[in-house]
Amino acid sequence: MTPARRYSAFSLGRHALLKRAWPRAWRSDKPKSSYDVVIIGGGGHGLATAYYLAANHGINNVAVLERAYIGSGNVGRNTTIVRSNYAINGNTQFFEYSLKLWEGLSEALNFNVMLSQRGQIVLGHSPLQIDVLARKGNTMRLNGIDAELLDRGQVMRLLPYLDYSTEARFPILGGLLQRRAGTARHDAVAWGYARAADSYGVDIIEQCEVTGLVIQNGRVSAVDTSRGRLSAGRVGLAVAGHSSHVAAMAGLRLPIESHLLQAFVSEPIKPFVDHVISYGAEFFYISQSDKGGLVFGGHIDGFNSYTQRGQFPKVQSVAESAVALMPSISRLRLLRHWAGIQDMTPDGSPFICRTPVRDLYLNGGWCYQGFKATPAAGWCFAHTIAHDEEHALNRCYNLERFERGQELDEDGVGNWTYKQ
Amino acid sequence: MLRIPCPVCGVRDYTEFLYGGDASKRRPAHEASGLQTWHDYVFLFDNVKGAHREFWQHVVGCRQWLIVDRDTATNRVAGSRLARTETSAYEDRDR
Repeated sequence: MTPARRYSAFSLGRHALLKRAWPRAWRSDKPKSSYDVVIIGGGGHGLATAYYLAANHGINNVAVLERAYIGSGNVGRNTTIVRSNYAINGNTQFFEYSLKLWEGLSEALNFNVMLSQRGQIVLGHSPLQIDVLARKGNTMRLNGIDAELLDRGQVMRLLPYLDYSTEARFPILGGLLQRRAGTARHDAVAWGYARAADSYGVDIIEQCEVTGLVIQNGRVSAVDTSRGRLSAGRVGLAVAGHSSHVAAMAGLRLPIESHLLQAFVSEPIKPFVDHVISYGAEFFYISQSDKGGLVFGGHIDGFNSYTQRGQFPKVQSVAESAVALMPSISRLRLLRHWAGIQDMTPDGSPFICRTPVRDLYLNGGWCYQGFKATPAAGWCFAHTIAHDEEHALNRCYNLERFERGQELDEDGVGNWTYKQ
Repeated sequence: MLRIPCPVCGVRDYTEFLYGGDASKRRPAHEASGLQTWHDYVFLFDNVKGAHREFWQHVVGCRQWLIVDRDTATNRVAGSRLARTETSAYEDRDR
């Protein structure tokens, strides 16, 4: 990044005194006719991939194609949680690597992603659940990740506003705390990666929809878009939500089904929820944004859809979970709710890999985990594209794992996209 | 709210139904061997963005399995019929 464009206290003061307009955070150029690498999808993962291709591998002749505008997809629709409490080999190391990248991200990008390591607590409501949390905590600690098993008294001191009464629908017996987990500002992640990639010469092309992939002799050679044909040395798909749709242009069928996940924001209130809390009895997780709104989410709607509009019965069931856990918020009003399209996979784990088409690479199948994975997914996907080979961290995220019996079934619920 | 027309009970909220997935998927013959055949049947999805033919069971109504035509890009439902009429046709073809 050139020093003149760096954000700093000095540049802030200089701009304030000179009253000069800030330059655009990234250029808005016409696409060139040819690129070494074309990344399809200008979400967090696509932008991170372009950034790491340039920063780690010296590949600058890169285009990121975005159908709408930067930040319009799932990178701006998630509940902003980052954590690395995973129990299965492969996932544990990958997500911890991601959290480590998060910890240095604002500095690396010269853009404040507002990482707030406020701690995440997963609640346990039965002796069996406490056993499972203890095992998960042990797995994390064996991998050098921070984890603390809390008993009921410790949870009560940390989160005094939950329902501990005898009327509670599910008694709270304890929880697993990861202090390094927390939240990050999702828009800033997209903007920060876009700006940093742009400073290396990456072209970020918005309003550019991919309409076809040109395959010759089993190898991808160009991308057809609404703004013309771009020839490409290598092509990376980072379009989670629409992975099947774009992969079909290359004749591929994927182990992915698109489902809707809704998220909610309440009206703003004074500081109240200091941590990220995951309910163990239902799919429900909650945190409070810097603006004061409670941000929370639930489970997928239950049938495949690309509509980006959630169904009302899910609003009710999520609100029921919220009130069962925290009766004090029962009179809070919802400000907004929205849906994002998730790539759901049969085992709940993602893909970062080569595909049967040469020079075509896939990053998708993120289920609910895409946001927290952004830095490591971009890092690993860039490595996979640059070297035409997976990195040790993403070797497990291949397309062949189902036929080899190497599923990464974190929740142990079996091969069902809609149960993950 | 997604509303599904049941040929027996009329138009009802989708919450009365159980989703049964893609109805255009064909189960391989029981004696079929070959890992790839079963892998593709169990793990791969067409996951179309557009017209989708799918199973729903009216669990809190007539309990019939239906085939519903829904557009996955808009959730618009074009029609529905009892699944047994079409699934028996599948079985005939399999024999």
